[in-house]
Amino acid sequence: MTASRSRAYRQAVPRLWWLRRRSYLLFMLRELSCVFVAWAVLFLLLLLTAVGNGRVDYQRFLDWAAKPWVIAVNALALAFLVFHSVTWFNLAPKAMVVRVPKQMLALAPKAIVRRLPEGRVPGWLIVAQNYIAWVFVSAIVAGLVMWSGS
Amino acid sequence: MADTITLLVTRYRPDTEAEPTIAEYEVPLRKDWAVLDGLNHVKDQLDGTLSYRWSCRMGICGSCGMTVNGEPRLSCATFLTEFAPGPVRVEPLANFPIVRDLVVDIDDFLRKLPTVKPWIVRHVDWVEDGEYLQTPDEQSAYQQYSMCINCMLCYSACPVYGVDPDFLGPAAIALAQRYNLDSRDHGGADRLDVLVHPEGVWGCTFVGECTRACPKGVDPAGAIQRYKLTAAMRSVRALLLPWGAR
Amino acid sequence: MRRRARPIEPFLWLLFSAGGVLAALFLPVVVLLFGVVYPLGVIGPPTDPGLHALTAHALTRVVIFGVCVLSLFHWAHRFRFTVLHGLQIGRLDRVVSVFCYGAALAGSLAALVVLMRI
Ligand code: SF4
Ligand code: FES
Repeated sequence: MTASRSRAYRQAVPRLWWLRRRSYLLFMLRELSCVFVAWAVLFLLLLLTAVGNGRVDYQRFLDWAAKPWVIAVNALALAFLVFHSVTWFNLAPKAMVVRVPKQMLALAPKAIVRRLPEGRVPGWLIVAQNYIAWVFVSAIVAGLVMWSGS
Repeated sequence: MADTITLLVTRYRPDTEAEPTIAEYEVPLRKDWAVLDGLNHVKDQLDGTLSYRWSCRMGICGSCGMTVNGEPRLSCATFLTEFAPGPVRVEPLANFPIVRDLVVDIDDFLRKLPTVKPWIVRHVDWVEDGEYLQTPDEQSAYQQYSMCINCMLCYSACPVYGVDPDFLGPAAIALAQRYNLDSRDHGGADRLDVLVHPEGVWGCTFVGECTRACPKGVDPAGAIQRYKLTAAMRSVRALLLPWGAR
Repeated sequence: MRRRARPIEPFLWLLFSAGGVLAALFLPVVVLLFGVVYPLGVIGPPTDPGLHALTAHALTRVVIFGVCVLSLFHWAHRFRFTVLHGLQIGRLDRVVSVFCYGAALAGSLAALVVLMRI
């Protein structure tokens, strides 16, 4: 047995293993979205620096942001950020098991309780909450920014 | 429908070959034949030297895992017709050393498994009180994780285990959770050290392939993420209440 | 790749998770507005005094600081594992970690300075 084990053939993981399967590639793209998260923070800090420096610098920032390559990078970043948001929100119920407290279960109508497997908040509800929060936050940020400058 | 299908089977004979090779076999294509039936046909009729593991041929024993057309599958639960007109590639499970042909060496898992104490740990034992009772709710908290048949499809699907063989891996962590979530168990603290080791849950990047590969609906990826949250909360509590009882 | 137990790991993961949530909620709209919508001239950008007043508000600054710091640590943690597993260089974990979390720390300080100056 030991003899045959020592001659066992070790299967090496290919260098580019993440190109081998569609699901691996999607995973890699999901993980690489973090690069664009960092880029978004950098971009935001550049914007805030310009705002802090006053009108001239702010205008210079706007001109820079309007350069085709910057728009291209930001469009790509936006795609990755949305990919990050969607994957993040969809996976959230996997990590969190939200249980409805026993007392609340006792109060809730039977018809609802029956729909909560094992007294848990169902995954789709957690996902739905995430998307509602996303819309809400986006609307507030966009509203504040637009209203501030009008 | 054609009445035969080609199997491209990985062969590895360590005494005569330095590397695996591929052999081609033509087997009958029947509606009720799984890949395993095709291999049995090869062994019985075409080449008796082919080695592979199987036992129950009904998705219970977990010994027939193979890579079928690139995906980790139970060969007894994967029908040939799915791949018609063929050919079907049948390879050993990825990420494990090949002992011979389609047989892989899973000792690594067997060494890791006992470190998470996959049994009910009791600190107080009142045998005279009779059996440990459990409500259906308490049972359903862990039932999903108890379905594991140690088939190793999840290890084979997991790229993290591939690049870091020290990683404890999906099934072992799911089985730890199986007992952690059992109302009769007192072993959570014993398992903590192994699970929160960097080669435990923290090495997992939530690829999610283990859950997709699992033939029994165990969801190891979910188990790992849930445990990360539990362990992190424990660490926070230990930090805020250093004197507190854990 | 044997590594010793590192008690800091759960905290890094918590920062990663919190950052993942904040980045998912806040960053797309910021890049959408300032990176795409305004530069393309779909609608005019906010004027300087208004934006200045908005970002100078204490609450705004606290929120932005939180989003920046946690998002940076989100990047650091994810990037660390992407590099370690993607390039199969797990034994360089220490070097990669110092680079990633170090950069996140530096970025956080930069954010602090920028926000104080507004
Ligand atoms: S968790 Fe699923 S895939 Fe993994 S060993 Fe158990 S049954 Fe097989
Ligand atoms: S032969 Fe038992 S699971 Fe396939």
